[in-house]
Amino acid sequence: MTNAAKVPALKLEAVRKHFGHVAVVDGIDLLVERGEFFTLVGPSGSGKTTLLRLIAGFERPDSGRIELAGRDVTSIPPYQRETNTVFQDYALFPHMSVADNIGYGLRIKGVARQTRDKRVQNALDMVRLSGLGGRRPNQLSGGQRQRVALARAVVNEPEVLLLDEPLGALDLKLRQEMQIELKQIQKEVGITFVYVTHDQEEALTMSDRVAVMSSGRIQQIGTPVEVYEQPATEFVADFIGISNILLRDGVRFVVRPEKIRMLAEGEPADVGMTVEPGRVAQVVYAGMTTRYIVHLDRGEQLVAVRQNMDAQDNAQKFEGQPVRLAWTSDHTYVLGKGEVDSR
Amino acid sequence: MEDTGTRIFLRIWAVLIMLFLFIPIFLIFLYAFNTSNIESWPIPGLTLKWFSATWNDDNVRSALLVSLEAGLLATAIALVLGSCAAFAIHRTRFFGREVVSLLFILPLALPGIITGIALNAFFSFNNITLSLATIVVGHTTFCIVVVYNNVLARLRRMQGSLIEAAMDLGANSVQVFRDVTLPLISTAVVAGAMLAFALSFDEVIVTTFTAGAQSTLPIWIFGQIRHGVLLPEVNVVVSFVILVTIIPVAVAARLTGGGAARVPAARS
Repeated sequence: MTNAAKVPALKLEAVRKHFGHVAVVDGIDLLVERGEFFTLVGPSGSGKTTLLRLIAGFERPDSGRIELAGRDVTSIPPYQRETNTVFQDYALFPHMSVADNIGYGLRIKGVARQTRDKRVQNALDMVRLSGLGGRRPNQLSGGQRQRVALARAVVNEPEVLLLDEPLGALDLKLRQEMQIELKQIQKEVGITFVYVTHDQEEALTMSDRVAVMSSGRIQQIGTPVEVYEQPATEFVADFIGISNILLRDGVRFVVRPEKIRMLAEGEPADVGMTVEPGRVAQVVYAGMTTRYIVHLDRGEQLVAVRQNMDAQDNAQKFEGQPVRLAWTSDHTYVLGKGEVDSR
Repeated sequence: MEDTGTRIFLRIWAVLIMLFLFIPIFLIFLYAFNTSNIESWPIPGLTLKWFSATWNDDNVRSALLVSLEAGLLATAIALVLGSCAAFAIHRTRFFGREVVSLLFILPLALPGIITGIALNAFFSFNNITLSLATIVVGHTTFCIVVVYNNVLARLRRMQGSLIEAAMDLGANSVQVFRDVTLPLISTAVVAGAMLAFALSFDEVIVTTFTAGAQSTLPIWIFGQIRHGVLLPEVNVVVSFVILVTIIPVAVAARLTGGGAARVPAARS
């Protein structure tokens, strides 16, 4: 019994899937712990959605093994798996009421009407849609439909909940609200979430751990802090955050934009700081922050970000001006020994 | 925006076209109530006597029976075959799929006389006696098409993820069909069936070549007009056929979402 806690919610071993000659999922090993909020992030075509469909059972892997809570489900059809999915297009049944949609999984499992109604009610409360159970999906807004889709999946208390870009269709403001709400709900119900997104910010905001995917492979698995601060590859450094990669003395390293200081004219750098001169090519005002795109005199381009607290009314005036950038070596992360020297 | 003159002109034009299309039909309705058996204008008075005369005409009765039997049987067969074909074409991907899809639709686009002659030749070649059964076969060829088209169009409009969502929630394929697919295509199936029945009910040409001694209502009408007798009864029967044809078409149009009901090519 003490062992039960240690069995991972999801375990993938060397899972492969080809479509034609293309290896869409190219040998994935993965362990997701119980109660974890795990995110697969990557650009479109990186295989993250296919991987999710393999876990749900909509696709069969060509080889490899998939385990849910210690049970081999590799060749088990989706309707016999302890997973539930929140679909990108929500996939709500248009001919059923919201309550019937949410209760469908329980009905199929033969849960008694009374228990079912109660659990549907709780699920509606959880996603703050109490009182809308009698409506049809087409009478709801996009955000409300999204919540129904979530409630319909969570109410079954699956071993693993799969979410396929569930916030993709919502506008920015609603998306940010839902990110926080989703995370809260996940903590409340304690279900393991496997979340697919192409939005790196979303991945960093919500996840306990992130797997960065590219061309069917996992590039790095780690906490949001790890993948951001210590990217394993250039791809990860580039995909998560703004790519500021430099090659100095045969070493390739990343400097994140918020860690670069722009020195005022004549302002001395602190002891131990690296200073490089350049010229501001462009100033991009982004509300909370301002981005400065700087061409270094040595040829590369760096992006520096400044908080807009110290009222930069006319930051545009820096455009075309010479500037000095400074950073400490603590704030750089070495990628490798310059094996990709193009010059 | 067009100017007022153009708008008024277009309205008048539209009205004229409607009149051109519907005045003849309206006249037939009117003549059905004509006291005289000579079709002349203005009609001398209104009466219901032709209705009872028609109702008591044994030939009309037997023709009505054949029409109903043929229509219902052809529709029933078309429902099964047409729906199955639509599912097969929608679900599977294979080489020549588009060609097969076109072959399903062809009987409706083909002139009735070709279907009719082909079937007639086939039946006589195999020594099959022309009967109600051969009429049903003839009608089924084009009834399948409307059912197939309606069901396929609905399946294509259905979100593909719905079936996956149902499976994801624990439904096996039988449960998915019962709870999701069937309720979502049911109106399309009913609409297809109604259109199929309407098509069958006023069919003349294919029936001419596939009927033996029996006649359906349209064949009876055709015979009477040729001989120029019983014209008042013909008007009554024609009015009836028009109603029986229009009502299902109208209902089908509603069921398929207000848009044009899916009859790809006009017929008969």
